[in-house]
Amino acid sequence: MSYLKIDHVDKTFQRGATSTNVLKDISLDIVKGEYVSVIGHSGCGKSTLLNIIAGLTPITAGAVLLEGKEVRDPGPERAVVFQNHSLLPWLTVYDNVALAVNKVFGGRKTKAERHDWIMHNLDLVQMAHARDKRPAEISGGMKQRVGIARGLSMEPKVLLLDEPFGALDALTRAHLQDSIMQIHATLGNTMIMITHDVDEAVLLSDRIVMMTNGPSARIGEVLDVRLERPRKRLDLVSDRTYIAAREAVLKFLYERHRFVEAA
Amino acid sequence: MGQAVMKDATAGATVVALPGAKTDAKHGVVPLPAATRKPLSQRLLPALRAVLVNVLPPLLTVLLIALFWQIAASGPQSSLPPPTKIWEEAKDLIVEPFYWAGTQDIGLGWRILVSLERVAIGFSLAAIVGVLLGALVGQSIWAMRGLDPVFQVLRTVPPLAWLPLSLAAFRDSQPSAIFVIFITAIWPVIINTAVGIRNIPQDYRNVAQVLRLNHVEFFFKIMVPSAAPYIFTGLRIGVGLSWLAIVAAEMLTGGVGIGFFIWDAWNSSRLSDIIVALIYIGVVGFFLDRLVAFVGTIVTRGTLTN
Repeated sequence: MSYLKIDHVDKTFQRGATSTNVLKDISLDIVKGEYVSVIGHSGCGKSTLLNIIAGLTPITAGAVLLEGKEVRDPGPERAVVFQNHSLLPWLTVYDNVALAVNKVFGGRKTKAERHDWIMHNLDLVQMAHARDKRPAEISGGMKQRVGIARGLSMEPKVLLLDEPFGALDALTRAHLQDSIMQIHATLGNTMIMITHDVDEAVLLSDRIVMMTNGPSARIGEVLDVRLERPRKRLDLVSDRTYIAAREAVLKFLYERHRFVEAA
Repeated sequence: MGQAVMKDATAGATVVALPGAKTDAKHGVVPLPAATRKPLSQRLLPALRAVLVNVLPPLLTVLLIALFWQIAASGPQSSLPPPTKIWEEAKDLIVEPFYWAGTQDIGLGWRILVSLERVAIGFSLAAIVGVLLGALVGQSIWAMRGLDPVFQVLRTVPPLAWLPLSLAAFRDSQPSAIFVIFITAIWPVIINTAVGIRNIPQDYRNVAQVLRLNHVEFFFKIMVPSAAPYIFTGLRIGVGLSWLAIVAAEMLTGGVGIGFFIWDAWNSSRLSDIIVALIYIGVVGFFLDRLVAFVGTIVTRGTLTN
């Protein structure tokens, strides 16, 4: 049995008399510990798919099952790392993570245990040094690190990452991708990441889900990335499997499902 | 080997003495000159300058107004007293705000305190109820549809128009005055809070949903801090309106407040006393406004920047 099952999910947005079918018949089985990327052109509904798994957007038809149980509402077992970090600006780095930890583990851990757990998660993303800073006082990459720490601190069954590195410069992005790979290797989390970056998808994923263009976007292809872990950015540049995977995704995106509207 | 090189370097290096510093040539150490403090006059000068730049213009304006007033009100036909006459007649009020010589013969400071107490009670109630109602209207589309038109109509009712009704309801002047403050200050608090809550970014709501915060947690941890800048705008307008309303309300309800003092002075033709009271009211109103603004900047620190 699959860990997370997306079963024939349809999503139609209704606005007045007009309705737009965004997602059509999406089915996907995800194994525990797997790193899955969803890639597609902008507007193909990949963020909608993530929000559906998170429970933030209601489903029109079909179901999402986590460990065989249907999920309908958002919850900390499906933590989200938001595209724009979504840290609360009036709280310090520590308090942002503490908000999550105190809510999720309030009844189960003592105060000292919770403090240790917060610091442990900040350590994982190398942000313990900035614990007393407010989001406005740290860089974009650091904010996203804290966002990841907050997500991880909920000890989620699935960590959902919505274009987590999209707003960052290339060097910072590479750093964070390495951090995520390391965290995934250490904790073995199940992760689903939305991205529009082909290299990022190939570097990080076990499987890449390629979406066709909307409206009524479907899953076009699913690519298995059979690269040994731990993966090293520099070694992969000339790796045959890497190049082949990269080519397959690029061909899908720019040959068969070219984004027509983008001029 | 390494030591030899070091020796060479020391021998070959020229030691440059900093001006005014004693050089310990034997160890090749150049002590830094002791940090000299600027003389007191030099440090005080900029501060003094800043104070003057801010204080001098309004002071000059006040002096000019007083001068003009003095000239305009000096004629024998003049109906209003000139500043010199006010000083003569109301010197005790100006110099001694806190004297106590009987229940109705007290300093203006005491009267202001009584009025401030009423404002404090009425305004605090308005702040609490206003934020709660504003949260409801901002959060629920149905509450907004139902309540907003009512609020929009009621908020245009002048504060004093409520007074007869509240006197009839409470049968006492003290709670009636407080009610008038409450009903005056509450509208801007409600409306601004509602706008602030409607403007909470969807991201924060998503975070709250993922964490499954309940309504109370959401209110205190997301809503209030996120809407705080808006709430404080409403509170600042509200406190200004309360101060406007208390004087008018006290004129009608009596007691020891500053409003009744003005009415009483008018009835006994003590125009100088009225003018002194007006200045008291203006200055206190100014400080009330600044106080709320100050609390606002402290509380909302960090909320505005993201």
